[in-house]
Order: sequence, then structure tokens, then C-alpha cells
Amino acid sequence: MQLISCPWCGPREEAEYHYGGQAHVAYPHDVGAMSDADWADYLFFRDNPRGPFAERWVHAAGCRRWFNAVRDTGTHEVLAVYRIGEPQPELGTQASR
Amino acid sequence: MTGSTAVPQHPEFLWRNPEPKPSYDVVVVGGGGHGLATAYYLAKNHGITNVAVLEKGWLAGGNMARNTTIIRSNYLWDESSAIYEHSLKLWEGLEEDLGYPILFSQRGVLNLAHSLQDVRDSVRRVNANRLNGVDAEWVDAAGVKEICPIVNISPDVRYPVLGATYQPRGGIAKHDYVAWGFARRADELGIDLIQNCAVTGLDVIGGKVVGVRTTRGDIATGKVALAAAGHSSVLASMVGLRLPIQSHPLQALVSELLEPVHPTVVMSNAVHVYVSQAHKGELVMGAGIDSFNGYGQRGAFHIIERQMSAALELFPIFARAHLLRTWAGVVDTTPDASPIVGLTPIENLYLNCGWGTGGFKATPGVGWCFAHTVAHDKPHPYNAPFALERFTSGALVDEHGAAAVAH
Repeated sequence: MQLISCPWCGPREEAEYHYGGQAHVAYPHDVGAMSDADWADYLFFRDNPRGPFAERWVHAAGCRRWFNAVRDTGTHEVLAVYRIGEPQPELGTQASR
Repeated sequence: MTGSTAVPQHPEFLWRNPEPKPSYDVVVVGGGGHGLATAYYLAKNHGITNVAVLEKGWLAGGNMARNTTIIRSNYLWDESSAIYEHSLKLWEGLEEDLGYPILFSQRGVLNLAHSLQDVRDSVRRVNANRLNGVDAEWVDAAGVKEICPIVNISPDVRYPVLGATYQPRGGIAKHDYVAWGFARRADELGIDLIQNCAVTGLDVIGGKVVGVRTTRGDIATGKVALAAAGHSSVLASMVGLRLPIQSHPLQALVSELLEPVHPTVVMSNAVHVYVSQAHKGELVMGAGIDSFNGYGQRGAFHIIERQMSAALELFPIFARAHLLRTWAGVVDTTPDASPIVGLTPIENLYLNCGWGTGGFKATPGVGWCFAHTVAHDKPHPYNAPFALERFTSGALVDEHGAAAVAH
């Protein structure tokens, strides 16, 4: 069980949250000009690093608000949480083992 | 014990542990079930024996050691049932082929239906299976009770059992023995199985892979076959290749050893649990994946809790069983819950991944097809539909739910 800090409510256990996958994936702006490969990339391809990963969570059993987190997928350690619209915090880029 | 009365001893080693050579014709990355089977069929079917299997840990210590060993081929779509049925047919002759006991037990697999929609989907899948020559039948709740008397078919539970699909040829095998059987044969055929050898880079020259960098030195090679399951994205990123894969923890657990009580395999997609009883006597149960991306080989306890409550409703007899051990593997899930097996944009680099929660059953089948793909630089007809390009072309093989599994 991971302990995740909601930027509004503070630390709560993982069971209160739902996962939303990779953060900062913007809806494409010029959809008419997109190739099949562009669409594939937008629909199906997401980063899957071992190490720090910017991702979305929603505090479903709390304030029900979405937020972003940077979590190390190797250690499952939450490195930072930040509100939607805020820039991704700068962190060391050292990947976990 | 000495003299003629001594029983034959199990050999101390089933394979050599050679030092890596400077070069090979083919390097298989990943010494799990798929990697070992691929190496074996490269040698057996294609006469390619100058092969190394590189494993970063110990042989078959990843998902091959962590799965719940369920074997079946009752997938909905033609593409899936073809490759899984090919695999099941290989399972049926595998013990003889490998000359090694693998405790393959065709005790049947029940996939339960708990709602009207489940029933409709299940019956449809049974019909699709039959058209594809896969043994399948629909059984009602009483039929479920007949096949597996310990299932609770009472109508007054949260998710009552309305019936099930039944594949009598499905079953389980002993995962370690399967890996060891493939490893022993591959080794006998001259393939180098190299453990504690992590790949740290892939050398590409002119769009063609020519070598592998490892923690045990650089290895030149003609071809590289990736079979690294949950870590496939990490390997692919070494050559700038992006995969439509997300790696998640998948948990499983066993009870203490019990008298034989469970004669078959029971899976329930709706309540996220699948249960069989291993030969030794422990109940083996799997859950659904943890929602988040993770390489940590561990998951959250609330997943186990939910899985246990589902198991107890289905099998009230388990109420007093003790949980012995839980663990997790890292599974490589794809958007359409189907694997990716085939060529890559990089010449001589081949990809086998995306089996998600269901790779064990495919072990011999995918080994066969992937070896063909590597040997001929062209997919086998059984894995041709599972190319990476399908995510661009849109020709997905959507087995979400359709396969009656908790992908």
C-alpha cells in the first residue's frame, strides 16, 4: 500500500485514489493534420520508464480532485505531488535500480 | 546409499553455466519461459544453435516463477485462439518432447459467468471456440457444481454463479519444471544459458542491431530477440523504440498445503480471482493487476484483500485456510490485451512482449512462433496478426473481457 499525499487533503492511503496513467499528455490540437502514426502515438503509446514518472491520480474517496505526481516506478516512492496546471517539479533524473 | 540399490539421483546441474562468448548468431534477452522456449525451438526447428540466452537474474526467476500456471486456449478471436491452441497442442506433447516431467494436468478450466452479460459473452465465446476447433462448452450452475463441488452456487450472494464456460483440455503445469525442461534441452543442443547477465545497451549500426552490451561484457550478434516481459519497455528504450506497453504489478498467493479439495481450475473475471490447487496441495490464487505502473515486484494489500473476499464467496470452504505467501511479478499490458510478437523498425531486432497476465500458457506456442520469426526474419502465420504495426493500422485484437480474463 502506497501512502500518497493529495495536494489538497494531505497523506492518504492508496485505496482512496484511482490511477490515471501518464501526466502531461495533451489532446492534439491539429487533429485534421494528424497521420495514423500520430494518432497511434496519442491513443496507445505512453512512457513506461523504470524510475521517476509523472502521472495522474484522482482522490476518488476524498476531495475527488485530479492531481499529478512524480513517482519512482522502481521503488514506488512518491517523489512529488502537484496540482493540475502547475509545472512538473524539477527532480534529479537519476533512475532507480 | 551405495551399490545397485541406489535410486537414480537427480543431476546436480541441468545445464552448464558457460562464460559468454564474444559473439553469437542470435542473442535472446530474457531467460524466462518464453526466452528458453524460443532458444529451444531455434535449435530444434531451425538448426540455429550458436545462441545465447541472457538472463539478468537467475533462469526463470521472473514472471515464470510467479505466475499461476493456468493453461487454456479458449480466447474469443480467431487470431488469439489460433496461437493459444497451437500452444495447447504443444503442451500436450511437451513432456515427451522435452524428456522431462512438467506435471501437465488437463484438469479443465471453468470461466464463471455472474451476470446476464457475462452469460451472453460466455456463450458467444463457446461458439467462437467451437468454430475454431477449440474444445469448449457452456455449463449451467448445476453443471459447475458437478465439475467443481466446492464452488458456492447459492443465488443469494453478491455475484451469483449463473454458469461457466468449460474447457476440459485446459489445466495447469509445474512452471519451474517447464522452464528447467526447456533449459536442459536447449543446453544439450549447444545453447549458452548465461545468468546474472543484465543487458545495459544495444548496439545499432545503420539501422541494424549488431551487438549487446551486458554486465558481463560486450557480445556481438547477428540477431537479437527480446523476451523480457515487464521490462521490455526499458530494453526497447535503449534503441529509442517506444512500445504501447505499461508495466504493472500482478499479485498472486498460495495457501498452506491442503488435502486435495479442488479438482479443476476456476476463473472469474467479474470478481477478479482465479484458483487452482497445485500438485503439492497449496491453493494457488491470482488477482487482477495493481492499477499503477510499477517495476517493484510488489503490489498493494487491498488488492489481495479484495481477491480473498471474492475467493471466499466462491469457495466458503477456504474460510479457515491460511495464507502462506504473496508476491508480485511485473506484467507488460497492452491497449488491446493481446501480445506483440514480431519484427521491429530496427533490422534483426525482434520483439516478444505484451503478454500481460497470460503469458505462461503461451510458453511453447510463442517459443515456436518467435523462433520462426527470428530464423526467417518474417513472422510465423500465428503471430503475424500480433505485429507492432497494428496499433497504427487499427487492426487490434481486442481480448479485453472477451477472453474471460482479468487482464
